[in-house]
Amino acid sequence: MGLGFDIAHMLAGLMVLASFLLLYQDRLPALINVLRLHGFILALAVAWQAYIQSAPHLYIAAVIALAVKALVIPGALDRIVDRLGIHREVETVGGIGPTMLAGMALVALSLRVMLPITAHADPVSRQDIALALSVVLIGLLIMVTRRNAVGQVAGFLSLENGIDLAAAGARGMPLVVELSVAFSVLIAFIVIGIFLFRIRERFDTVDLAALESFRGERQ
Amino acid sequence: MIGPPVIEALQMALVLLAAPGLVGIVRAVKARLQRREGPPLVQPYRQILRLLAKEVVLAENASWLFRTAPYLILALTWAASSVVPTFSTGLAFAPLGDLIVITALLGAARFLLALAGLDIGTSFGGIGASREAMFASLAEPAMLMIVVTLAIAAGSTQLSTIAAFMLSPAAGLRFSFALALVALVIVALAENGRIPIDNPATHLELTMVHEAMVLEYSGRHLAMIELAAALKLLLTISIIACIFFPFGLGLPGFAGFLVGLLSYAMKLGIAAILLGVFEVSIAKMRVFRVPELLGAGLMLGLLGTLLLYVSRGL
Repeated sequence: MGLGFDIAHMLAGLMVLASFLLLYQDRLPALINVLRLHGFILALAVAWQAYIQSAPHLYIAAVIALAVKALVIPGALDRIVDRLGIHREVETVGGIGPTMLAGMALVALSLRVMLPITAHADPVSRQDIALALSVVLIGLLIMVTRRNAVGQVAGFLSLENGIDLAAAGARGMPLVVELSVAFSVLIAFIVIGIFLFRIRERFDTVDLAALESFRGERQ
Repeated sequence: MIGPPVIEALQMALVLLAAPGLVGIVRAVKARLQRREGPPLVQPYRQILRLLAKEVVLAENASWLFRTAPYLILALTWAASSVVPTFSTGLAFAPLGDLIVITALLGAARFLLALAGLDIGTSFGGIGASREAMFASLAEPAMLMIVVTLAIAAGSTQLSTIAAFMLSPAAGLRFSFALALVALVIVALAENGRIPIDNPATHLELTMVHEAMVLEYSGRHLAMIELAAALKLLLTISIIACIFFPFGLGLPGFAGFLVGLLSYAMKLGIAAILLGVFEVSIAKMRVFRVPELLGAGLMLGLLGTLLLYVSRGL
């Protein structure tokens, strides 16, 4: 306990805050910039975990997080947005106010669920896992509240950042797991990227409302 | 040795005397940054003295409320500032009031101002009052969330206890406090009608909030209102300084007292300069976007409270 814990707590808290920024942001280029920030804070948080746990393999995970989540994927998303020519606003389902309140409720819920069941765990990983669950839940909320496929991808990626944070906080997580998660995200991202262009080719839009009406759900 | 009643009397005199000077510094900083000469630092004092000597012009349908409100507003604001430890924690009135009392006193002053704005029945007063009420309904919950955050961490809503806690090593480096600080700055900007919320230097009907409510006031009534507004600015800066930057507070002896006084003057100066720079560098928001900013303040306060439960020592 002490400064090491405080800084770990601050970085995890910053990730939750960045998730709220993602939830709030309704323009695609700015959304991608916040996602970049999200990945950057994740890399810092993982590096700090490496330092306080004296686990050198986590430094590798931090470098992977920095390279993949703060540089490569946001850069690729920027290019996708450029090529699709969609710099307009993201349509959010429901207003900003209720969405933010729902996000708050999710943070409260994840603390309420996580704190009792991890009562005997190490405090650093305890708070890390509780906040990582909030990041995951807010990521899901972002995916639910977005109409635009790129916005949903941003939500998915922030969700995955949350999982990474939880993995870094848990002591003794082998590097293989981190590596495979990182690569599966990359592959998922490639698949999503191809899908985005397919959807656009087929429906002339990446607004998923078009898909819903195609399936006959909405008239 | 200096007893609590003397310190209290000294503080109440000091805040009233320093408040217009603080406004003068903010205006001077803004003027310099805009490459204007700007009024001299003592201009707010001169203005209040001039207004005190002038005749009061009352509207025909002004009621007793309109005439008494300025004095009550100044009294409530002054009472609120008597319980904030500015340069010393040994205040005689400190046990009487905590952060919730301060919020309530300022809320009561704002209520009276809105009533006075409505009293004459002009459309400006009405629009100012309705906007003020809209902002207040969001700023006050945000303020209370900040109070809750601080109260959970420090175990008290007393400002002197919170300041002592912040000075102790138990405070550490908490993320919740950073969130609370940002939220408190947003609330403070809204409370004082400073630039992204309201422009204190304009009389443009589309944007004004505070000025719209006090448009009908003149003479000594206006002097009271202006003094109360300056006092409120000083009060909110003092609250922020006392909670988040309590350096130089509560040192023993006469030397400690002097250190407290000097550091308080320094904090006020730095805050005035920061406020001036901030106001020059951003534009005013549209009125209907203000609830979003205040909502962000409320959200930060709430998040700060939630994150406190996973922080150290709880």
